Amino acid sequence: MASNRKIKMVLAKPGLDGHDRGAKLLARIFAEAGMEVVYTGLRQTPEMIVETALQEDADVIGLSSLSGVHNYFFPRIVEVMKEKGLTDVLVVGGGIIPTEDVPFLKQSGIAEIFGPGTPTNDIVDFIRGNARQRD
Amino acid sequence: MAPDYAKEVLEGSPRAVARLISWLEDEDERAYPCMEALHPHTGKAYIIGITGSPGAGKSTLTDKVTFAFRQRGLTVGIVAIDPSSPFTGGAVLGDRIRMSRFSVDPGVYIRSMATRGFLGGLARATGDVVRVLDAFGKDVIIIETVGVGQDEVDVIRIADATCLVLVPGLGDAIQSMKAGVMEIADVFAINKADRPGADQLAAEVVSRIELDNQFKPKEWMPPVVKTIAVEDQGVDALMAAFDAHREYLESSGKFIERRKERVREETLRMIHDELFRVIRDALVSNGRLDGLVHEIMEHKRNPYAIMRETVSRWLRASCER
Ligand SMILES: Nc1nc2c(ncn2[C@@H]2O[C@H](COP(=O)(O)OP(=O)(O)OP(=O)(O)O)[C@@H](O)[C@H]2O)c(=O)[nH]1
Ligand SMILES: [Mg+2]
Repeated sequence: MASNRKIKMVLAKPGLDGHDRGAKLLARIFAEAGMEVVYTGLRQTPEMIVETALQEDADVIGLSSLSGVHNYFFPRIVEVMKEKGLTDVLVVGGGIIPTEDVPFLKQSGIAEIFGPGTPTNDIVDFIRGNARQRD
Repeated sequence: MAPDYAKEVLEGSPRAVARLISWLEDEDERAYPCMEALHPHTGKAYIIGITGSPGAGKSTLTDKVTFAFRQRGLTVGIVAIDPSSPFTGGAVLGDRIRMSRFSVDPGVYIRSMATRGFLGGLARATGDVVRVLDAFGKDVIIIETVGVGQDEVDVIRIADATCLVLVPGLGDAIQSMKAGVMEIADVFAINKADRPGADQLAAEVVSRIELDNQFKPKEWMPPVVKTIAVEDQGVDALMAAFDAHREYLESSGKFIERRKERVREETLRMIHDELFRVIRDALVSNGRLDGLVHEIMEHKRNPYAIMRETVSRWLRASCER
């Protein structure tokens, strides 16, 4: 019964910056696109994010970073995911990320990085196209 | 071959718990053999329901109560439910925000669920998810319902104890409450007691309970506890109220009685759902249903006779089998 399946996303804000209006808005946008979005709140460590994705059986982890911590946090999250066996979960990132950092991030296992101003439809399409097929 | 999630759940794999819960949410048939295998390992957990209006502080209280159980050395499973949008089918599941400190505590397992159109304040699979967490070995399971209006009280069909969270400042909360809603509470939490009107609300609830008791005497008078969840105040008193209620349930024999009643209801409901599914699928797949609808519309036949005939044909068919 394919109609019962929904894309489940964990939307997280790693790092220390204290604003989450943007992330809350994104959560709404993905929900409007029909996804079930678990919003974790602020100040999440990589371990917290991965454990949440595991318990929630997430198909996608969305990471939003505004504070410049992406070069440490994003790859670390992928590493912890591997340790926990979450190898089929898509990871995408966004926020304020200099383009010169993108190749490194992709190399370390982030499927795509969306800069500010990316139309949210594009993000939704990317997720729909790349999230795992549930078995 | 399908993975043996039942075995993995019993061996303590959180990943297997997560996947099995997804199957249950999706009504994937592969979940049911697993549930059969888990059944002998269920029935041990103590189940608490936390319900109340949107934003009342249910998640914040769940966090504090979970912490208190952890202090006692008990493990906790949390099922936190939020509504799906009826228009898009999506949902924002935001209850975990208040419970972040437990996301890396191996003694706590949190699962968020969307209602997916199911009414009653829960997701359809809530009862099954509780059983998975029970078999997984969690000592206490807390169900946080969606922020309810006043009719969504299904949680009492699953929980051993239901806590109704009220907040001051929402107008004539008590007066406007429909008959029956007050009765669902085994424990009342008057949360946001830092706000004006908390004492008055607590007094109103108490007098309402006493009034109800005069009409229909009760063995258990629900305690009314004032809490300020964000400041961790009143949580000890709330825990004491749960303890007292549980003590009452056990010493009066009500614990078993309530669970028995629940198993009865649930077994009948499951039989009902499955019968319905089987007959519906058959009628829809061979096109008969369209034909029947046509005949009813044309007034050639009536739905009452069709209902009787369909049911008796199926009963006969299955007897002969
Ligand atoms: N002043 C005050 N605010 C509180 C108290 N408890 C919770 N809050 C705040 O109330 C808001 C809602 O709290 P939640 O715990 O998310 O409420 P909820 O009932 O789970 O909300 P939903 O799940 O969305 O229905 C948050 O901003 C909390 O910080 C309290 O005792 N006093
Ligand atoms: Mg909540």
